[in-house]
Amino acid sequence: MKFGVIVFPGSNCDHDAFFAVGNNLGQQAEFIWHDSTSLGDVDAVILPGGFSYGDYLRCGAIAKFSPVMQAVKKFATDGGLVLGVCNGFQILVEAGLLPGALVRNRGLKFICKELRLTAGTTNSPFTCAAAPGQELRLPIAHGEGCYVADERTLDELEAEDRVAFRYIDNANGSMRDIAGILNRERNVMGMMPHPERATEPLMGSTDGLVVFQSMLRSAVTA
Amino acid sequence: MNTTAFSPEIIAQHQLTPGEYQKIVDILGRDPSYTELGIFSVMWSEHCSYKSSRLHLKKLPTRGKLVVQGPGENAGIIDIGGGWVTAFKIESHNHPSFIEPFQGAATGVGGILRDIFTMGARPIAVMDALRFGRPDDAANGARNRRILAGVVAGIAHYGNCFGVPTVGGETVFEPCYDGNPLVNVFALGVCRKEDIFYAKAAGVGNPVIYVGARTGRDGIHGASMASAEFTEESKQKRPNVQVGDPFMEKLLLEACLEAMKTGAIVGIQDMGAAGLTCSTCEMGSRGEVGIEIELDRVPQRETGMTPYEIMLSESQERMLLVADKGREEEVFQVFRKWGLEAAEIGVVTGDGKLRVRHHGEIVAEIPNRELADEAPLYDRPHTQPPAAPATPRAARKPANVQDALPALLGAPDLCSKHWIWEQYDYQVRTNTLTVPERSDAAIVRVKETGASIAMSLDGNQRYCYLSPREGTKLIVAECCRNLSVVGAEPVAATNNLNFGNPERPEIMAQLVESIEGMAEACSFFETPITGGNVSLYNETLGEGVYPSPVMGIVGLMKTAAPVTIPFKTAGRAVVLLGGCGSCDETRFGGTEYAKEIDKQLWGLPPALDMEYERRVQRAMREIVAEGLAESAHDVSAGGLAVALAECCLGAAEMGAQVDLDSDLRPEFLCFHEGPSRIVIATANAKRVAEIAAKHEVAAPVIGSTIEKGLEIRQRGVTLGSWELALLRAANGEALEAYVR
Repeated sequence: MKFGVIVFPGSNCDHDAFFAVGNNLGQQAEFIWHDSTSLGDVDAVILPGGFSYGDYLRCGAIAKFSPVMQAVKKFATDGGLVLGVCNGFQILVEAGLLPGALVRNRGLKFICKELRLTAGTTNSPFTCAAAPGQELRLPIAHGEGCYVADERTLDELEAEDRVAFRYIDNANGSMRDIAGILNRERNVMGMMPHPERATEPLMGSTDGLVVFQSMLRSAVTA
Repeated sequence: MNTTAFSPEIIAQHQLTPGEYQKIVDILGRDPSYTELGIFSVMWSEHCSYKSSRLHLKKLPTRGKLVVQGPGENAGIIDIGGGWVTAFKIESHNHPSFIEPFQGAATGVGGILRDIFTMGARPIAVMDALRFGRPDDAANGARNRRILAGVVAGIAHYGNCFGVPTVGGETVFEPCYDGNPLVNVFALGVCRKEDIFYAKAAGVGNPVIYVGARTGRDGIHGASMASAEFTEESKQKRPNVQVGDPFMEKLLLEACLEAMKTGAIVGIQDMGAAGLTCSTCEMGSRGEVGIEIELDRVPQRETGMTPYEIMLSESQERMLLVADKGREEEVFQVFRKWGLEAAEIGVVTGDGKLRVRHHGEIVAEIPNRELADEAPLYDRPHTQPPAAPATPRAARKPANVQDALPALLGAPDLCSKHWIWEQYDYQVRTNTLTVPERSDAAIVRVKETGASIAMSLDGNQRYCYLSPREGTKLIVAECCRNLSVVGAEPVAATNNLNFGNPERPEIMAQLVESIEGMAEACSFFETPITGGNVSLYNETLGEGVYPSPVMGIVGLMKTAAPVTIPFKTAGRAVVLLGGCGSCDETRFGGTEYAKEIDKQLWGLPPALDMEYERRVQRAMREIVAEGLAESAHDVSAGGLAVALAECCLGAAEMGAQVDLDSDLRPEFLCFHEGPSRIVIATANAKRVAEIAAKHEVAAPVIGSTIEKGLEIRQRGVTLGSWELALLRAANGEALEAYVR
């Protein structure tokens, strides 16, 4: 399987995502520069963490206009797997590929911390390798990761089984403990915790592998 | 050129003495222009020229078998094996952080990161040594808390966005930092040995290229500001503090590393203190060439800037480089890819002069070598460091170990700093093998080599006040011990010397003694100094800070899951490698106990036997190498009881019961800070004892781990017994409570 890792000028978890899927998952990976208009022949796309274009405005507000995001949108529309982590989640939300918004953490501070969360559903290409309700330990590292949406959207997400991950330790104040969500077609997922930072024992946890193994399983069976 | 003899007032405003001005006239053979006066004033400022400290810095050991680059470059470099090297250095941003805590600290991070990547190394770790006034101070607490919050947020803002993990550090509170906080930032990067770059200009006719942010009027005379005491007017100097743009810095990092790969870059230096002035003349001087620049070509973000302003601006996120003539386009192409503005602003010449033109007219023409390397050198008079009282001024309270331990665990210096470090992304780049406060040293792996780099940052201003020489030796010993606890071999050091006004002989004496102590200890522990920083004039309204040298020592180890502090399994033997140590009233006066319980400072710092310390450290590294340490933690600030409590504060509910065979007074036994001691939990006490015996160090088994509580006895008599929840509550949220 071949993963494409999008590189915005301010991406700083791009190498980590590359290492997680390339080294620890043992799959192919390549970087895709932000002004590319094509994603080439990748099977899945990862929008990594970081500060896309500095993010001095709302996080991801500029990134959504980048050339590569047009290609990502098309890729998603065609059914391709798109994973947004942290800043990647923020960008997917800004680009309208996922509903809701990510605002400043409840305590108004950046938080870097390992948290406990559960897989909210196993019915998705990003969580199918998880056991139902499986507890995971994944780190977060963000200042604006508090997920908010209107009541109707939240109800819809839950009714349609689109909450991919929920916090057990909700450190940022996200509504309904939401840590990650799926789009309606279930091929786009955004999550604030960093699965790529938990993909080998030396990192302190291997629980993040579940996300990438799920993607691998889905791509192979698709 | 418009040159004139300047009035004594103008010369004084530039913080130049009449003698220094005369030296300028002698070098030039004429009076300087106004621009030249500004250039000399920043290059010969204490901050840039080390004119008070240079003489004594020469005493430091700088050579070692792994040292690739010692002091004199933007960062020191050591060989870490496998064809890779690490570049590291520490820098202070004390003065700006008092005036504007957020931006002062942020740009401090930015400055040291540029020092690292200008050497060709990608930064992979940052640590901070922070000093503030007490957060619970009745008069100044509110301001101290504001400075603390601002500095931490500034470091987080810059490091997190740039994408370098802030992996550890230390934060200490003392009234002497009320009006003069210390913000010392350590950064470390790695690269292949053949990819090292130097800040050296070469090749007559080669183009001089400016890249990065545009030049504005910010930070003019920042270096001079950092070379003077604070007065009431200092708060008006806010415009002297620069504003940081970590995204721009990230672009510069990636673009510079990529441009270096083209092979078209000859030399490169960041524009930090003294900006364009410093980078041009230092690169010229190192390469023994001249540099001529035309200021009209310098990208500017304001109109009507004078040559003086352009040359002295300390606008952030700028680099200067020399490229191979004819290959400029390869370099420009990389910068364009990253959306950076780059401009050819001059050329390397053969006459050894820094020549500055503005609208074609020469506004400055100064020999590089004299400007950069022949700054005045002072052998400032030094007498005796100020003496502390030999004994406590007032009667000490009767000892109560039971109450003292929770009180100490919640004291500002000893409480958990997670409120600080959770604001830093300490994991980005997935090389960080440790969580702050969970190991004695921070560790980052180098994925490419299978080796890891351990780092320890430490200072102790109270020890150094009591004895600058002995205190500094203790700091070096502790850093090396921290590294040894995680199994790393200490190999090299960087230092940040934060002192008061060197023109006062008793302050100068502190500086000299500290440097001499550092020289002795660094030679002994074979950790040569490869670079560092001197920050003097840390005084406000005539009140100097305690002598505050900060050491950053780097060690090497194989990549492996690190030894952590918390006890993990019940029934393990608890060994006190090094033994209970000794103490008396005099040696107790610099402890945290004396500070927090007795509220006094007296006597001398703990006694250090370097030979014994070295044996303890060697034994420790061997114990780790054999996989015998299930957990380990050195005894330092707060003493043995605090160290034991810290071992009990992990995620698991795991405590210990110990019985100490010593005739020390109970508060000495529990809270003295004598060095050369490490608490180890092990499943194989026999083998640990054998290794200790081989190295001729004491290693009594003092007790065992238990699932509940911490109990400390002395020869069967209980000195204290605590529920873990109580210790955790005392330690865990104390800082947040202070800050709130």
